[in-house]
Amino acid sequence: MPTPTKGPRLGGGPAHERLMLGNLATALFEHGRITTTEAKAKRLRPLAERLITFAKRGDLAARRRVLTVVRDKGVVHVLFTEIGPRYENRHGGYTRIVKVGPRKGDNAPMAVIELVEPLQEQVVAEATGATKRAAKEKAAKATPAAKAAPVEEPTADAATDEAVEAAADEAAPTEAPTADGAEVSTEDAEESAAEADKDDKA
Amino acid sequence: MAVPKRKTSRSNTRHRRSQWKAAAPALVICARCREKKLAHTVCPTCGTYAKRRVLDV
Repeated sequence: MPTPTKGPRLGGGPAHERLMLGNLATALFEHGRITTTEAKAKRLRPLAERLITFAKRGDLAARRRVLTVVRDKGVVHVLFTEIGPRYENRHGGYTRIVKVGPRKGDNAPMAVIELVEPLQEQVVAEATGATKRAAKEKAAKATPAAKAAPVEEPTADAATDEAVEAAADEAAPTEAPTADGAEVSTEDAEESAAEADKDDKA
Repeated sequence: MAVPKRKTSRSNTRHRRSQWKAAAPALVICARCREKKLAHTVCPTCGTYAKRRVLDV
């Protein structure tokens, strides 16, 4: 049970704070991890964990209690069907707060608050998605005929970012010489031949 | 309404402002990339904290 908050509320008043925390909780359950200020992350943690406890209970009463805070029925459905069961064997501590340093505009200390267990899958999936996109762009720039590479890469098991990047780096140079390299080499050969002719004439 | 009786002299202004200093943040060395970073925060260079990747850098 969260301890009642001491000191001033966030925002303009108690109602404003309730609304902001509800919106933050909605965003957290929707995305798995959100970046916000440290103060908001710290206020959000007890509320979010309490909502997850309701989700683990899973009955209609609990669902209605959660709906008073998180107004989005879709997010509540995800919370009760996916997030709650995931924490079956964990007694509290469902979220993690990591500080990420001050914000550029107003120097406010920022933090990332994330759900503990989905972290691995989601972050790795996002990271590999980004690297795949980068690799796809790189391959598309290198050769139009290298569409085979992005098809092969998603099947490869991307455990770490480095592995994916290494694979992309390996894939790009092998495919680049097929088109660009060939053209460059022919051009070089022609130029060298022309220079050789000039030298002969001279 | 209370108002200042005298103009604040240049000396007083400058003495006051001489106490207005910025403190250098106490930095620690990141265990992974050996760059300096704030303590207890994610390393902005390599994006990791406690051997866990937090930010995409």
